Amino acid sequence: MNCDVTEHEKAVIVELKEERLDAHNSNEFKSQMLSLFEAGRNNMIIDLKGVRFIDSSGLGALVSGFKNATARNGSLKLCGLQTQVKSMFELTRLHRVFEIFAGVPEALASF
Amino acid sequence: MHDKIEVNIRIPNKTRYLSLIGNIGENLARTLDRYGGDREELAYHINLVLTESIANAMIHGNVADPDKEVHISIGIDNDCLRIRVHDQGQGFDINSLPPPDENILNDHGRGIHIIRCLMDEVSYRRVDGGNVLEMVKRLSRPPLKKRDTSSE
Repeated sequence: MNCDVTEHEKAVIVELKEERLDAHNSNEFKSQMLSLFEAGRNNMIIDLKGVRFIDSSGLGALVSGFKNATARNGSLKLCGLQTQVKSMFELTRLHRVFEIFAGVPEALASF
Repeated sequence: MHDKIEVNIRIPNKTRYLSLIGNIGENLARTLDRYGGDREELAYHINLVLTESIANAMIHGNVADPDKEVHISIGIDNDCLRIRVHDQGQGFDINSLPPPDENILNDHGRGIHIIRCLMDEVSYRRVDGGNVLEMVKRLSRPPLKKRDTSSE
C-alpha cells in the first residue's frame, strides 16, 4: 500500500497512491492508519483523489479508521473522492457517516 | 443478432488477482453497445461485482485456503450479462445476511448488499464440489433499480 503521509499542525494527511482500494490492500491500509493512531495522530485526513476504485473492504477499512479516531477523541475526514468512489459511499449510505470535503484545504479548514 | 461471448477463468485463491479479473469484466462491459444505460457506469459496476464476489469466494467460501481455486465465468448473449463465481467451500446462507443499515459502522458485510443493488438477479446455490454465486444484468433496457434517496 503506497501512501504519502504529511504532518500538519491540525491533522495528519494520508494520500493514497493506489488506483484501487480493495480486499487485496485494505488490511494493509488499516494497519497503516492504526500505526498513526498509536503514534498519537488522532486527527486524520484521507485524501482519495488518486483512488479510482473502492470495494466494500476498502469502505470497511475507512469505517474502521473512523471508529478508531472517534474512540481516541479525534476525527477522520475524507477528501478528493472521484465520482464513482463517491457513489459507493452513497450506495452504502456511508456518506452520512463521514465528513467529506472537496480537497485537503477544505478538510484542514474544518479542524 | 449480437455476438455471444463466454470467458472462463480459473485463478488461485489469492486476492492479488482481483484487479486482473475486475478489469477484464470492465473492459468487456465497455463493448456492450446494446446496453440502454450509461455504459461507463455499467463497466465500473461489473468490475465492482466481480471484485466483491471473487473476494467473497476467496475469503468466506474458500476460507482463504491458498490451495483452493476460484472459477469465474462471464457470459454475454443478446439480453443479458451473466457472471458465475464458483468457490470450493461449505457455503453460507445468502438470505441470512443482515441489512447494511442494521449497523452502519460494521467493518464487514456490505459486499452482497452492493451486488444486489447493482445486478438484476442474484442467487447462491450448492453445486458439485462447492457453491456458485450467479449474477445477471439485463442489457435490453436501462437499469430498473435506482438508489433509495427518498429519505435524504
